[in-house]
Amino acid sequence: MADAAIHGHDHEDQRSFFQRWFMSTNHKDIGILYLIVSALAGLISVLMTVYMRLELMHPGVQYMCLEGFMADPCTPNGHLWNVMITYHGVLMMFFVVIPALFGGFGNYFMPLQIGAPDMAFPRMNNLSFWLYVAGTSLGVASLLSPGGNDQMGSGVGWVLYPPLSTTEGGMSMDLAIFAVHVSGASSILGAINMITTFLNMRAPGMTLFKVPLFSWSIFVTSWLILLSLPVLAGAITMLLMDRNFGFTFFDPAGGGDPILYQHILWFFGHPEVYIVILPGFGIISHVIATFSRKPIFGYLPMVWAIIAIGVLGFVVWAHHMYTVGMSLRQQAYFMLATMVIAVPTGVKVFSWIATMWGGSIEFKTPMLFAFGFLFLFTVGGVTGVVLSQAGVDRAYHDTYYVVAHFHYVMSLGAVFAIFAGVYFYFAKMTGRQYSEFWGKVHFWLFFIGANLTFFPQHFLGRQGMPRRYIDYPEAFAQWNYVSSIGAFISFASFLLFFGIVIYALLRGARETRPNYWNEYADTLEWTLPTPPPEHTFEQLPKQEDWDKGHAH
Amino acid sequence: MAHAKNHDYHILAPSIWPLIGAVGGFVMLFGAVLWMQGITPFMFWAGLAAVLYTMFAWWSDVVAESRQGDHTPVVRIGLRYGFILFVMSEVMFFFAWFWSFFKHRMYPMYDYAGTEYIQPDIHAVDPFHLPLINTLVLLLSGCAITWAHHALVHDNDRKALINGLAIGIVLGIAFTFLQGYEYAELLKHEGWEFGGDQFYSNFFMATGFHGAHVIIGTIFLTVCLIRALKGDFTPEKHVGFEAAAWYWHFVDVVWLFLFFAVYIWGQAPLM
Repeated sequence: MADAAIHGHDHEDQRSFFQRWFMSTNHKDIGILYLIVSALAGLISVLMTVYMRLELMHPGVQYMCLEGFMADPCTPNGHLWNVMITYHGVLMMFFVVIPALFGGFGNYFMPLQIGAPDMAFPRMNNLSFWLYVAGTSLGVASLLSPGGNDQMGSGVGWVLYPPLSTTEGGMSMDLAIFAVHVSGASSILGAINMITTFLNMRAPGMTLFKVPLFSWSIFVTSWLILLSLPVLAGAITMLLMDRNFGFTFFDPAGGGDPILYQHILWFFGHPEVYIVILPGFGIISHVIATFSRKPIFGYLPMVWAIIAIGVLGFVVWAHHMYTVGMSLRQQAYFMLATMVIAVPTGVKVFSWIATMWGGSIEFKTPMLFAFGFLFLFTVGGVTGVVLSQAGVDRAYHDTYYVVAHFHYVMSLGAVFAIFAGVYFYFAKMTGRQYSEFWGKVHFWLFFIGANLTFFPQHFLGRQGMPRRYIDYPEAFAQWNYVSSIGAFISFASFLLFFGIVIYALLRGARETRPNYWNEYADTLEWTLPTPPPEHTFEQLPKQEDWDKGHAH
Repeated sequence: MAHAKNHDYHILAPSIWPLIGAVGGFVMLFGAVLWMQGITPFMFWAGLAAVLYTMFAWWSDVVAESRQGDHTPVVRIGLRYGFILFVMSEVMFFFAWFWSFFKHRMYPMYDYAGTEYIQPDIHAVDPFHLPLINTLVLLLSGCAITWAHHALVHDNDRKALINGLAIGIVLGIAFTFLQGYEYAELLKHEGWEFGGDQFYSNFFMATGFHGAHVIIGTIFLTVCLIRALKGDFTPEKHVGFEAAAWYWHFVDVVWLFLFFAVYIWGQAPLM
């Protein structure tokens, strides 16, 4: 039984390795699989950014040459650059952040928090995961197959706007379209599963407004996925028809309208922004409450803020398209509606601050990442309000100001939330604790690196540097240099993170206490053994196990 | 900690179908790209076969689990939620085609300043001819399914259940044939083209995807008919049939929108 203490979940596990990891019907194992694959996809995607920042470090083109890496003399390879920005965006959007937050943490912890023995459709849950792998494989195949300019890959930008996407040569673009289809199907099946689990399998006595905030955020995210991703599937199916069957949805020569594609894409694309960030909101709420030793401030407004952000996310899409020639009335509407979103978001930020107010704050690694999230997300949110102004956007559209804005909310907001979640739950999932010291080093390296990368991009944008170019004039050299240094520091911190995880898995201190933080981590996952056994809640939890009489 | 399952939810044994289905999907779509590039259709068909076999085997497992009694009342509620949510996502899929259709219909590109686009001469078809007959065929089919549903739920009348399902299926097949006949007429004799103009693009995309859903729904109902003949479904427990009926009504409603919007209003100035 000594072995059973080590592998608490293994001693009655009848499954072989293949059955456990390839034929899984277990939400915890599938969650782990999601986290691992999304980390690998993230590594590929981050390597591309390092290559891009290396190229942008100095004016002129030194590294991305038609003749090969660092050739001299160098003919700039614009296609390679375009491919890098495209696949960085597609991978991060569809294959890294959603699978990590929604697939990984959502799968693992949403059923635990509501006291459900598993997901509503455990087998379909695994289909979601394998479709995600199939989609990632199609994406990588697209990167390596013949594309435009007689080179590999498609260089059309992650939004796949026509006419670029309808005229790009080769089969790369078609593979990319199918990659997005498959990842969309995966997410839709996941959303169906999550909503059904949430509605049908809550512990006895857990009414809707007693559900922990992370589970609420997953529930609302699921609705956004369910209602917006099929619309994207329609839009890219039209692209496919235009490309291969002579249809003219987006080709003006046949009466089609390229702007129509932008509308349909952003009708998906704006909810997508909240799909990315909402689960992060949920994780941050639990982390802040735990390490402030206080229940979360304003539970009910927090829930309604998530719902409001989800609903408003569907009616603001054209603020991505102020410059396409919409009427003033349309622009005025989208401006107003967009600014309204700052209200529920403000409710959330102030509630987090109020939670910390007067609390007994403990600066553990997850809490540092939550602080980082708060700071960075607020900066990104404020530049978002700036960009929502149609008039101001005339100057900022497609500049580095926009790049800085959405990286502050997504690359920094969502990714800091992912790291907060990883450190918060690492021992719960693995039974081994990470090194607190190195976790803090990781935080500071990443926090400094990320700010150094993206803050100067605001200046570059204000100076008028357009995004998506391989080269720039001398005038922009200084801040680009700083930004590149920041990117390298961030990359070093990412490698350090892998080191921390691998070391913790092999040598980390064992953790067997169900709740290794404090009594303010009071949701149901903290009542289970660490790590949890194969089947949890075979006896459904009783109300006194989770209902502490205060908000969660 | 108790090791026996002590709740009514459904905990499943490991299953190979998700992995095979996803690999099949990858092969099918990669094959579709190769086919569209004119390289080979073979890979597509191989992948499709894997996907179809997975569906067959997987849902066979589900039927077997239902017969074993794994589908307790709470699991049945979950299955219903799941299917309704699936239909909602399908509605949003059609939302994209209708968006494109209404945009092009209300703000056609020939109205834009500086455009050089002139809509080609399109020979309008009379919506109150074959399309109206098709509408009636599909709605009658929906009535037959509702009859079957009521016969099962209120009277447990298996004969009426089977008759209603069979009539619904025959009418569904009739719809598919009539629609195929109409496509052939349009393309061969009325001078319509498959693509080439936004009008044809919108028409064939919307009606084509609807047709695909009719075929899927017909297969779904046929499976239910076979299960009914084998003695499945009771007045209390018939989630599979209920889901098929919901799906069929969803297909009906989409057709009504298509009929009024695309066929009647969509061709109005052309006539």
